[in-house]
Amino acid sequence: MSKPLHLMRRKAVNAVMLSVTALCTLFAAGTLVFILGYLFVHGAKSLNLDFFTKLPTPVGEAGGGMANAILGSAKLLLLATLVGVPIGFLGGVYLAEFGGSGFSFVVRYTTDLLNGVPSIVMGIFAYTLIVLPQKHFSTLAGGLALGVMMIPIAIRSSEEFLRAVPLSLKEGAVALGASKAKSILTVVIPAAKHGILTGIMLNLARVAGETAPLLFTSFGNRFWSPGWEQPTSALPVMIFTYAVAPYDDWHQQAWSAGFVLLILVLAVNIVARMILSKRVAAR
Amino acid sequence: MSASTTTVVGARPSGRAQSFWQRIRSGDEIAYLITFSAAASVLLITGMLVFELYKNSALSRQKFGWSFLFTSVWDPVAGQFGALPFIYGTVVTSALALVIGIPLGVGAAIFLAELAPPRISDALTFLIELLAAVPSVIIGLLGVFVMIPILRSVEPALRAVLGWTPLFSGPFYGVSLFSAGVVLAIMILPFIISISREVILGVPGDQREAALALGATRWESTWDIVVPYARKGIMGSIFLALARTLGETMAVTMVIGNDPKINHSLFAPGYSIAAVIANEFTEATGDLYQGALIELGLVLFGLTIVINGAARLLIMTTEKKGAA
Repeated sequence: MSKPLHLMRRKAVNAVMLSVTALCTLFAAGTLVFILGYLFVHGAKSLNLDFFTKLPTPVGEAGGGMANAILGSAKLLLLATLVGVPIGFLGGVYLAEFGGSGFSFVVRYTTDLLNGVPSIVMGIFAYTLIVLPQKHFSTLAGGLALGVMMIPIAIRSSEEFLRAVPLSLKEGAVALGASKAKSILTVVIPAAKHGILTGIMLNLARVAGETAPLLFTSFGNRFWSPGWEQPTSALPVMIFTYAVAPYDDWHQQAWSAGFVLLILVLAVNIVARMILSKRVAAR
Repeated sequence: MSASTTTVVGARPSGRAQSFWQRIRSGDEIAYLITFSAAASVLLITGMLVFELYKNSALSRQKFGWSFLFTSVWDPVAGQFGALPFIYGTVVTSALALVIGIPLGVGAAIFLAELAPPRISDALTFLIELLAAVPSVIIGLLGVFVMIPILRSVEPALRAVLGWTPLFSGPFYGVSLFSAGVVLAIMILPFIISISREVILGVPGDQREAALALGATRWESTWDIVVPYARKGIMGSIFLALARTLGETMAVTMVIGNDPKINHSLFAPGYSIAAVIANEFTEATGDLYQGALIELGLVLFGLTIVINGAARLLIMTTEKKGAA
């Protein structure tokens, strides 16, 4: 007699818990939709051409844009690429093609640890290396901070895509008499090229939104920043500065900047992931 | 290296010598050296990072010693620096983020791995993983202008249920340890979900089938069989999430309230290690002040290294178990 009751209880627990897990999922997925929707509604409405072409206006004066911050972000990302991609890519080649067991393990482990170092600590690192000796903030220091942050992911993603190249391709090259270096250069890297480039795009999208390492390296600037030796504005730093300021029209600008940044970052992510999943499906 | 080469040349004059020069000409040795130095530079950079943090915090380390970690006075004007309020804020907000984030994340991972049809699961996972790509300053922006007003309306209910504990007493300031914890919970969700989902998907199907065949309900097979099987991997994802919450800067800085005091109520403002570095570094006048902030950076670095190292080891041991 008690058995059906017991069974009913178990079935009820089953139904309740399964719906709870569905709610958890809904919440997590809904958060992104909410963020995107909210930024679209609040950021897109005041977005105009001025935002992309004009300098920020002084407090209290309406209008203005963030052209200098957009250019500043682009310059910082260029520097970061120059620092992070060569080291990351070549390191990835080493791990995938030359690495033995002992040293490679140490490099991989250190890479993972470096990847986990908080971005603000990376900012201190670039500060002590460049800003402290030079005694002034600069685009260079910001670019270095972002570049060092790119290295771990560049290494691991390059290694992964190089390893995914089928062994038969390498064997074919070696059988034709190619040296190891030649087979890597002419067979392995071209075969992994798209994956590696996609990895770099994702990596760039990640550091493009980084704010903390720029606060005391590239600092900020309300005007254009010629050359590489002066402090420069960057889009994420502007969002922070404008969001915590007490002016309503600055908040509005922060929403617009947030919208632009989010669209850029998400677009790169979506395109990159689609390319990657297509490649996996084709294989 | 040259010594070994000459002996080889001496031993087998024609074959090996030729192949060595061939390898130089064909670039094998050069390619090895270039890529090796790139890989080794990771060790160099990490070493330099530790050295720079250590060297530049010397002044503060010498003046305060270990008491830096245990004193709670932060008074730049008087030159007194104690890290305790920031360590407290970092630990409390991280703990709160885990308390909220783990059930939500593991729950969602269970749904995505065990219940949802593959196609829907992939689409939802894609959306959730995109959440990880949202820059933290944007999360902070929404935290300030959207989440805090929402929390204000939730607060009376929370107080009615949990108000008897000291954690939820006193006035709710909006910017608070509580807000920072909630923001962090949202930020770690994608990490917990995507790693846990992978681990749960990796549990062999016969485990589930055996449980179901014995008459277990879907939930019982998941909770009593599959989740324990995937336990280590899930723990690994939680450790990784913890390392992220400790170092998270912008979103926390914007909602935590930036008050260098140890407030026992979660509704009161606080401060975290990363936030104080972000806020005060550029205005730190004097070498001692800056040294104290860099020492905070060193503390943060040490914390995340330990947590990350543990997470990696946990995940590595699960991978080994899976291979065996």
